[in-house]
Amino acid sequence: MASTLTRDEVVRIAELARLSLSESEITLFTTQLAEILRYAEAIQQADTSGVPPTSHAMAAGPMWRDDEPGACLDRDEILRRAPAASIDAGLFKVPKVL
Amino acid sequence: MADPYATAVSLRDAIGRREVSAEAVCRQAIDRIAALDGSVHAFLLVDADRAIARARSLDEAGAPAGPLHGIPIALKDNIAVRGMRTTAGSRVLDNYISPFDATVVRKLEQAGAVIVGKTVCDEFAMGSSTEHCAFGPSRNPWAADRIPGGSSGGSAVAVATGMTPLALGSDTGGSIRQPAALCGIVGLKPTYGRVSRYGLVAFASSLDQIGPMARSVADVALTLEVVSGRDPHDSTAADRDVPAFSRELSGDARGLRVGVPRHLLGEGLDEEVRAKFEESLRALEALGVTLHDVELPHSRYAIPVYYLVGTAEASSNLARYDGVRYGVRAADAASIGDMYDRTRSAGFGAEVKRRIMLGTYVLSAGYYDAYYLKAQQVRTLIQRDFERAFDAVDVVATPTSPTPAFRLGERTGDPLQMYLADIFTVSAPLAGLPAISVPCGFTADRLPVGLQLTGRAWDEGTLLRLADAYERVSPWSAMHPPGVRRGSDRGLTPV
Repeated sequence: MASTLTRDEVVRIAELARLSLSESEITLFTTQLAEILRYAEAIQQADTSGVPPTSHAMAAGPMWRDDEPGACLDRDEILRRAPAASIDAGLFKVPKVL
Repeated sequence: MADPYATAVSLRDAIGRREVSAEAVCRQAIDRIAALDGSVHAFLLVDADRAIARARSLDEAGAPAGPLHGIPIALKDNIAVRGMRTTAGSRVLDNYISPFDATVVRKLEQAGAVIVGKTVCDEFAMGSSTEHCAFGPSRNPWAADRIPGGSSGGSAVAVATGMTPLALGSDTGGSIRQPAALCGIVGLKPTYGRVSRYGLVAFASSLDQIGPMARSVADVALTLEVVSGRDPHDSTAADRDVPAFSRELSGDARGLRVGVPRHLLGEGLDEEVRAKFEESLRALEALGVTLHDVELPHSRYAIPVYYLVGTAEASSNLARYDGVRYGVRAADAASIGDMYDRTRSAGFGAEVKRRIMLGTYVLSAGYYDAYYLKAQQVRTLIQRDFERAFDAVDVVATPTSPTPAFRLGERTGDPLQMYLADIFTVSAPLAGLPAISVPCGFTADRLPVGLQLTGRAWDEGTLLRLADAYERVSPWSAMHPPGVRRGSDRGLTPV
């Protein structure tokens, strides 16, 4: 198991997570995440053969509702709160993509 | 003027009898916050005008609006209130004004509650001390150099210092119960699905629950009654009857079977906490409760399971903070990718980055099976342990926190040590079970200690009945932090 986390792995994970880390953050997280993962190794001792995974603790199961049209949040109000938007066009604005 | 430590139930009745107005009660809360918050920093935002206008309209309406008529309440700042800043303790939401009300907010206001403001929490509720709040931590009202617990620390402090009789927190791995214990108040994490999460800033969606914090079990029961129930906006909010919890507090706990997992009470448990816990067990026995040994063999894995599952979910949930639709966007980005990276790197604090990194790692190719899937399987085993235990007992008792409040700064450099503070609280959310923390004494340094009771799914009623019976025979809920020096940065000082 990867109980030794490398600096390169930390850099790669940061890219996946869309975080640009400083050099000192990379160094710190390499040490700290490795320590946390070493601690988490303990779960490998648990015998889980044939045990189904639990993704939630929903004792009742999901609740369904009819898909009926109803009131929703006001578009202009949402756009006014955005970092950049054109309210007339009804669009969020982002830096040039292409 | 009303006693600042009056319960919500007694205040509501006094307002109902017109002995005091909702406006006067609200003004007292606002004044007390103004006087004390410089010392303890419970609040990120106080909307006095909104609260007073609301209290006045309740007074003018005549008939009581509901069971919380005129009661001031503080909300953890990860709960959305329309028109109110909601930051979740994060810079990335520094400028975010919610365009909608959380379902709990709607329910509280329908019941007559008066929202006075938003309280300090660890960023995105990730922490056990409030030290990960981007806008500064709260301080423990019993010792200003100590943490109040977290992540709902500000809510715990607001209630413990008599600023408000009630608060809401949210609990993912102990974030209601641990600060309640360390500040000497009552806090309950409901069964998963009891309370709608609509309008709660998501951290780990399979674990998050909103719950009440108060100075009495009866107030917690009443607030739970108000905020619970099915919600079309949240498919995990269950269609279960909501019992009248506050009417089931008979004071009679005779015959209840309480399980004690002694094998968990070993290494890392503070001796004074252990002693207070044992005393509380004796008090439960005196109430006619029987004690039984129970085994929860997989709870020893609860912390790693919690931190693997919780961070995986967080890494996914927090992908939404990309600077596009709301919140803060970093300036001067060269491209859209650069904008994402800069926004997230500047917007998130160290603990949030750490958890996103850990969660991304455990979900990544090559590690998914070994970490995430394995953790979900062990989660099943933790659930099964509780199911087996509840064949023989009605409630499981442990301390809430293995230590009393630690000092500010003591664990911020060592995330793993911070995570170990959650040893007794992470199992209940992993299993979806309700759990309550009630005050059970003080250390020699006068730091509060909490007793945690965990119950069967949907059986908050038994937890509340037992906790209330214990509260009736113990002196702790009548004890409040020593006096307060106005504007002092040294926190609360004895008078």
